Amino acid sequence: MSMTVSTESATGVVTTGPISASGPETKTQIKPYTMNFGPQHPAAHGVLRLVMELNGEVVERCDPHIGLLHRGTEKLIEYKTYVQAVPYFDRLDYVSPMCMEHAYVLGIENLLQIKAPLRAQYIRVLFSEITRILNHILSITTGALDVGAITPALWGFEEREILMEFYERVSGARLHANYFRPGGVAWDLPDGLLDDIWAFTERYPKFMDDLESLLTENRIFKQRTVDIGIVTKEEALDWAFTGPMLRGSGVAWDLRKSQPYEVYDRMEFDVPVGLTGDCWARYLVRMEEMRQSLRIIRQCCKEMPAGPYKIEDRKVSPPPRGEMKRSMEALIHHFKLFTEGFHVPAGETYTAIEAPKGEFGVYLVSDGTNKPYRCKIRAPGFAHLQGLDFMSKGHMLADAVANIASMDIVFGEIDR
Amino acid sequence: MSEQALKELGDVIAAKLGGDVLKVEVRLGELMVTVKRPAILTVLTALRDDPAIRFEQLTDITAVDYPDRVERFEVVYQLLSYTHNRRMRVKLATDEDTPVPSAVSVFSAANWFEREVWDLFGIFFENHPDLRRILTDYGFEGHPFRKDFPLTGYVEARYDEDQKRVIYEPVRLTQDFRAFDFLSPWEGMTNVMLPGDEKAALQDGSKKP
Repeated sequence: MSMTVSTESATGVVTTGPISASGPETKTQIKPYTMNFGPQHPAAHGVLRLVMELNGEVVERCDPHIGLLHRGTEKLIEYKTYVQAVPYFDRLDYVSPMCMEHAYVLGIENLLQIKAPLRAQYIRVLFSEITRILNHILSITTGALDVGAITPALWGFEEREILMEFYERVSGARLHANYFRPGGVAWDLPDGLLDDIWAFTERYPKFMDDLESLLTENRIFKQRTVDIGIVTKEEALDWAFTGPMLRGSGVAWDLRKSQPYEVYDRMEFDVPVGLTGDCWARYLVRMEEMRQSLRIIRQCCKEMPAGPYKIEDRKVSPPPRGEMKRSMEALIHHFKLFTEGFHVPAGETYTAIEAPKGEFGVYLVSDGTNKPYRCKIRAPGFAHLQGLDFMSKGHMLADAVANIASMDIVFGEIDR
Repeated sequence: MSEQALKELGDVIAAKLGGDVLKVEVRLGELMVTVKRPAILTVLTALRDDPAIRFEQLTDITAVDYPDRVERFEVVYQLLSYTHNRRMRVKLATDEDTPVPSAVSVFSAANWFEREVWDLFGIFFENHPDLRRILTDYGFEGHPFRKDFPLTGYVEARYDEDQKRVIYEPVRLTQDFRAFDFLSPWEGMTNVMLPGDEKAALQDGSKKP
């Protein structure tokens, strides 16, 4: 058990505890103490260390210590060519890998001033939405696990496995896909995949109904989430909250709608908005987002155009293998792309996408060489975790756990 | 958002802030405004509160290191306006010793962003409520994202069986760290001097001893 009470920080200051369990006459004497939570704790969603100041069981201050998973991704990217850096993005938010790649390749495409072919854009949108469901299943079910419900996690992981199978069929890897490329995607969709994805969208709403019957109106679940961690609209803006954290507080803002990228402007979907700004509202927003993602997936399956799946410009995307056997030019292009990579004109861009967790942005600075000069990754979870202190203040210790769960934090992206 | 609209917004900002703005650019459809370092709080407050501009959210703060410049660091603020649905970037320059006024009083979110910049670049933020390291290890020395900090770092950690604790040792590489820059003298390189180039640059080659 890693919840330990640090004795040296118990200052010996004795106060009267505001929460006395029994009658009004009994006054419990409680020492405020500092408690260390994590870094190895199942409810910490990774390597989060919280140093909490508690008054009895009420959180007075909550200081997250992060960086235990810091790998210096941004520095590593400065030493890799643009394409070699794509796999690092899978390892940021490792429960929604393709969305991370998406922001990065869009940034490169903006610097190169190229646009992926239509089919590639559809494939990317399709997999971004599959990723969103993948992410929200994990977020909702483990969040439910943190507040005491075990069954959703057991059911949800079964569904995730099916979605990860789609990942595997398209990229060869269940988790770290490395599938998106500047100018398109790495490979075309295999035969029959769209039919299977369609079949999934027909079956999945049933699972969501089951999940909702377990959680949405569940008395215990509501006791643990309603009115917990309320974030007002002003606070959400001030603390740079994005995604479901912002929409849960009643701000109708979704980058897919407001600043559409790829083919999102062709998609029909709604943006759910929470009313109360508490953990329950954020849960409801995520649930509805999954249903909307299904709508987008269906539209992608229906409208998926034929054509090339990556840009035909040989200075950016490698030639097909068959061509290399016959064409010297193709062989040279292949060799140059996989040793040197392409050079990107000097410039800078901030590209943001609506990742499942919120606004995921990449600030790319290019100096005209084949490696990024600087690549700053703006992770939504970093800003959200910062708000844990004000969200948990005055709540019980167990509610801090509910807050962490409703933020949907993943340390790959926070620590980078 | 069209380039034209961004240019107009840039002009509005430049007119409003007057002498605090050094440069307004629109590149790749993104607006960048370079401001004077001491004025950053006035600038951010004005950008947030003016109803015609209204950037409500500070999306990010980061820095870029240009070791060749006199003021080597560029601190970059990304702003997002929900009212007008647009983004912009505010930049300022600083060096290792000159502190930057902290934006925490304007945007609460600046707190961790600035801690991160301090940790990784060593840029000091004045009046920051809690400027501790955030991402690197407890007791870490140096600022790893500076360009002169080696990718491999200086120390590596391992668990020592004798001392029963994690210890730090200087990094030992079994193979030299290799970085290829792919800067070829034959293409795309006009501003780099290679050994021997100075001969060509001399006014009169015959005077060379």
